Amino acid sequence: MLEIRCLRKRFGSLVAVNDISLTIEPGRILGVLGPNGAGKTTTVSMIAGLLSPDSGEILVDGQMLAGDRDPAKRKIGLVPQDLALYEELTAEDNLRFFGALYSLTGSALDHAMAAALTLVGLGDRMRDRVKTFSGGMKRRLNLAAGLLHDPDILLLDEPTVGVDPQSRNAIFDNLEELKDRGKALLYTTHYMEEAERLADRLVIIDRGQVVASDTLAGLYERVPAPAGGGRVSLESVFLSLTGKSLRD
Amino acid sequence: MLIPFLAMVRKDLRLFFTDRRAVLLTFAAPIAIASFIGSITQNAGRSAERTRISVAIVDEDGSTISKAIVAGVQKDENLTAVPTTAEEARERVRRGTTSVALIIPDGFGKSAGRSLFRPAGIEAKPQLDVLFDPSRTAEVGMVRGIFTEHAMQAVGQEMFSGATGRENIQQTLNDLDSSSIPADTRARLRTMLASVLAYQEALPARPQGGAGAIFSLPYTVREEAVTARANIAYNAYAHSVAGMAIQFLLFAMANHGIEILLERQRGIWKRLRSAPVSRYLILAGKAASGALISLTSLLISFGFAMLVFGVRIEGSVVGFAAICVACSVMAATLGVLVATLGNSPATARGLTTFAS
Repeated sequence: MLEIRCLRKRFGSLVAVNDISLTIEPGRILGVLGPNGAGKTTTVSMIAGLLSPDSGEILVDGQMLAGDRDPAKRKIGLVPQDLALYEELTAEDNLRFFGALYSLTGSALDHAMAAALTLVGLGDRMRDRVKTFSGGMKRRLNLAAGLLHDPDILLLDEPTVGVDPQSRNAIFDNLEELKDRGKALLYTTHYMEEAERLADRLVIIDRGQVVASDTLAGLYERVPAPAGGGRVSLESVFLSLTGKSLRD
Repeated sequence: MLIPFLAMVRKDLRLFFTDRRAVLLTFAAPIAIASFIGSITQNAGRSAERTRISVAIVDEDGSTISKAIVAGVQKDENLTAVPTTAEEARERVRRGTTSVALIIPDGFGKSAGRSLFRPAGIEAKPQLDVLFDPSRTAEVGMVRGIFTEHAMQAVGQEMFSGATGRENIQQTLNDLDSSSIPADTRARLRTMLASVLAYQEALPARPQGGAGAIFSLPYTVREEAVTARANIAYNAYAHSVAGMAIQFLLFAMANHGIEILLERQRGIWKRLRSAPVSRYLILAGKAASGALISLTSLLISFGFAMLVFGVRIEGSVVGFAAICVACSVMAATLGVLVATLGNSPATARGLTTFAS
């Protein structure tokens, strides 16, 4: 469904993404883990068409994305790390606008809005201004805005930053439902427990390169079990692969 | 592409009209300020009393000529002349209460009278001191011109009909023989001065500058305010409303541009760019919504001016409409330019100040 081959991006002398390749299949969640500045957001930005790669290929259903207006972009939905919403507008007005960007109008748009709002549990707040929403509600609306055009591939860039456990749990439920509907999800996060709960496969990126790509079980096997006989944690795997030095 | 474009425009208009402060600033503020400025300039234009230049005048001479000059300057309808001392005059100019001070030095009358007929080189001409505020140099030229009128009138009057004139002409005639002027020129000058002297002696005594004055301004002046059409009264609100409307248009649209940068900061730009629409369409949507807001602002400002202050379009209505549309597009694209050149809202605000 989504295949990335040898993606590379440089900002001046800094190589942000260096030869990254990965694949996401329908009905699967690919977790992308990495320290700050590892290249996760740059990778997501290139897949979403926000940045042009210096080299490499991004294939959607076997076809390369070509420019801003490529209809294949309709197959991709982006849920950015920031709350990309107009706070002064109502939830309905926000979704109506973001839906129209994908040329959705009339009953098709109404149906898409209703479905997205129902999924994230905000159907009864659609006429309220976003600025009256809690942080968790805004995160859920941010997710709904990325789902309006019913994309096959959903790119989620740290979608649970700054939300309470209840909202986080609700978002996880939403994502699992989307996975069950056959969507392919790419999920970047700092939180190990999120990756452990959601991801079918994990890619760990450090300094712009893939340092590991495996299932959760496969990653656990890369690190020796603790001396006391306890269970290997994803965090210990992550730290063993990326090191303990602080990042900028 | 039309659906996303219209959605962009609709969303920006909705955002604008939800922000009451922005609406007030864009629509009401220019009307309020233009009304205030218009009322001042309109009253100034209607008043029979013209704006006068404040002048301090110092008469250190006290001669007939200098007194006539001071009297003429004080009567002049373009000046408000205050007789004072040299020190006070300098202080008034320094403080800015008076823009120009004229100091007529001792001996000015006699010397100026002699200099009227004497060829250059025989005697140094008297010097008039003009003190002025360097920030108001335009007024210096006007005062100098007005003073020249009164000085020439006073000196001419005295030289051709006054006692000082007779003395001066007699003195000049006496000095002619010892001058270095060529003999033929000297003879012609002697003939002329002798004729003037004879003419003076034949004149009955006349009051200075009075009805029978020999010298006066050799023309009269008819003033006419030229407006768009004949018989159309000047309406200061037409200017103040147009000026303020454009000024606030630029402010509002620069702010519209800053909104683009704020959208980028909030991550909204990423969502817009991830949709299958070109970046040009996104910017065109911004410019179109800005142009619509600008046009509405112009129409409200001019509509108010027409209804309340009787401002009328005296030229082509189509031309006026075209200029309004052009101004709106210009202001809207300024907003986009501000967003393009400023990487952050703070930089963009700095650019806006510079551009405005």
